Amino acid sequence: MNLHEYQAKEILKQYGVAVPGGIVADSEDSAIDAARMVKSMTGCERWVVKAQIHAGGRGKGGGVKLATSEHHIAELVRSMLGMNLVTPQTGVHGKTVLKVLIAPDVYGDNISAIREFYMSVLLNRTTGQNMLVYSPRGGVDIEAVAVSEPDQLFREIIYPGMGLLDFQARKIAFRMGLSGLAFSNMVVFVKKLVIAYEQSDASLIEINPVVKTVDDHILAVDAKMTVDDNALFRHTDYDHLRDLTEEDPAEVEASRHHLNFVKLNGNVGCMVNGAGLAMATMDMIQLAGGRPANFLDVGGGASAATVQAGLRIILSDERVKAVLVNIFGGIVRCDRVAAGIVEACRQLGAIPVPIIVRLQGTNAREGKEIIDQSGLKVFSAITLDEAAHLVNDLVGQSD
Amino acid sequence: MSVLVGNQSRVVVQGFTGSEGSFHASQMLEYGTCVVGGVTPGKGGRSHLGLPVFNTVHQAVVTHDANVSIIFVPPQFAADAIMEAADAGVQLIVAITEGIPVADMVRVKHFLSQHQSRLIGPNCPGVISPGKCKVGIMPGFIHQPGNIGVVSRSGTLTYEAVDQLTKLGLGQSTCIGIGGDPIIGTTTLDAVKLLMDDPETEGIVMIGEIGGDMESEAAIWLNDHMSKPVIGFIAGQTAPIGRKMGHAGAIVGGASDTAEAKMNVLRQCGIHVVQSPAHIGLTMLNALKSWG
Repeated sequence: MNLHEYQAKEILKQYGVAVPGGIVADSEDSAIDAARMVKSMTGCERWVVKAQIHAGGRGKGGGVKLATSEHHIAELVRSMLGMNLVTPQTGVHGKTVLKVLIAPDVYGDNISAIREFYMSVLLNRTTGQNMLVYSPRGGVDIEAVAVSEPDQLFREIIYPGMGLLDFQARKIAFRMGLSGLAFSNMVVFVKKLVIAYEQSDASLIEINPVVKTVDDHILAVDAKMTVDDNALFRHTDYDHLRDLTEEDPAEVEASRHHLNFVKLNGNVGCMVNGAGLAMATMDMIQLAGGRPANFLDVGGGASAATVQAGLRIILSDERVKAVLVNIFGGIVRCDRVAAGIVEACRQLGAIPVPIIVRLQGTNAREGKEIIDQSGLKVFSAITLDEAAHLVNDLVGQSD
Repeated sequence: MSVLVGNQSRVVVQGFTGSEGSFHASQMLEYGTCVVGGVTPGKGGRSHLGLPVFNTVHQAVVTHDANVSIIFVPPQFAADAIMEAADAGVQLIVAITEGIPVADMVRVKHFLSQHQSRLIGPNCPGVISPGKCKVGIMPGFIHQPGNIGVVSRSGTLTYEAVDQLTKLGLGQSTCIGIGGDPIIGTTTLDAVKLLMDDPETEGIVMIGEIGGDMESEAAIWLNDHMSKPVIGFIAGQTAPIGRKMGHAGAIVGGASDTAEAKMNVLRQCGIHVVQSPAHIGLTMLNALKSWG
């Protein structure tokens, strides 16, 4: 589950990671109230207005702006709320801004006394351990730093069950070139950051930049955070953090039916049992001259109800010109799946596009007979190659 | 000979009395696997499917010489179940459970580094040595005893590959479903090494997917150690960047873990790369012929 910046900072704060005190707002009025509250808490008279969407690079798209007066805030918030923010990470269609974060400007006038660092905590899949990646070069695109100054990118292993060790925290603060109060604050900051990562079951926390202020505070000025979906059962207090407006409506609908669905932009819908076979089916559609419209894993059961929900979701996309159902029957029998498909088609009524059903494995022949005798306009196949040819016949030439 | 499981395997089922555990335990028994019993804490002393129920894995090991465990425990408790099996000295642990938190698996991996047990999975279909022993949830009947080893991160895609092999008369020595999670006990390379060292295995099918670097790691090793033909397929050529494709580990993070990048590495290392999943069996058949 991806979180918004303001949500991530709220969680970080709970674990004692220092963040600038910002307040989220969804209207001009609430933004003005937020600005006044921020001023009374921090004494700050300049604010940063930050669009809250699930994508990075917001500054580049005009989603992060400095405000110098209440009037200015109103103006910025008015233009930002409802805007379609396009950043390097949103794709061309962008994302609608529904909330803004009003944060104090921690930079002030004495910019030369400010330092910006990079920090992220994530899993190293190769070692099966978590790691903290950091750089004294912050506030810029870290991928670019990795290319231009690879010697300025460091990592610490987080030893399972031990958190970040004292010497590691000191090493980080030394490498950041800090001393005195800023050094001690950095040591505390990184240790708490790792605790926050581990205890919140995050799969990523990225802070770019971590800022050293004029008065030597260390603050998480930005925060990107993802929580491991598999661990959400331990964090029922995070349930309300899921923002459905950030997700594709078809994907939200699919998740209600416990279907694993990812929306794509092609012309051939597909419904498959098993994630690996589903990806392979998408690849095969492309090789046959079509383009996959989605990823959909219906799981092991593939009951009539699941098949029906899946078909309805796939067909809600008007670009879909054909649907390929690919089921490898193992424990689940193909004749049962076939009966489910026939029932689902009957209940859905007229289906405007051709459906190809490929059943293989347990009782595949019986399944094909059920499809063939149903009177429905369904093409059936048994081998993967036959299914690929049918895809090619139906959509290969058209576009 | 086969690897990991065979006639010597004595299997204990963790999560024995649950619906998944019961169903697949009976399927394994039907296949001829030596299941010695199961573990459900608090139900020890009873009998289920005509077999004893134990409170702990330790009891199953001490009283019935269990040396393989298969885990159907729900994700909240699965990490603990794996560690219990390792602590009891079970040689091979096969974790079927899908949805174990990554943080739990980080702890499990660390725990296993101090124990002798090998873990397969989690989030996998298990291991089968056709005709001898099935420790998993795969449909037994599509397999046939033979000389092809299969390593795969996926379930039904493996069945697809096995089905193609069997229909071409290519039986299997051992099929290893290593699992679709970001942290798994046995990597592609670990499994490939086992099969490369197995005298009975004459060819290897390696099925990978987007995300991580396991397939590339295996390919680089194979470049210097290929003593039998290897076929490779990487699922997810059409997957978008940054989206999780069903399996928790199937997500493109950067330029090096796309299907295309991996296929290139595989090709450069002398692996026969299959573009379409429909041609896995046929490519193996041809590779065996040209290998001589």
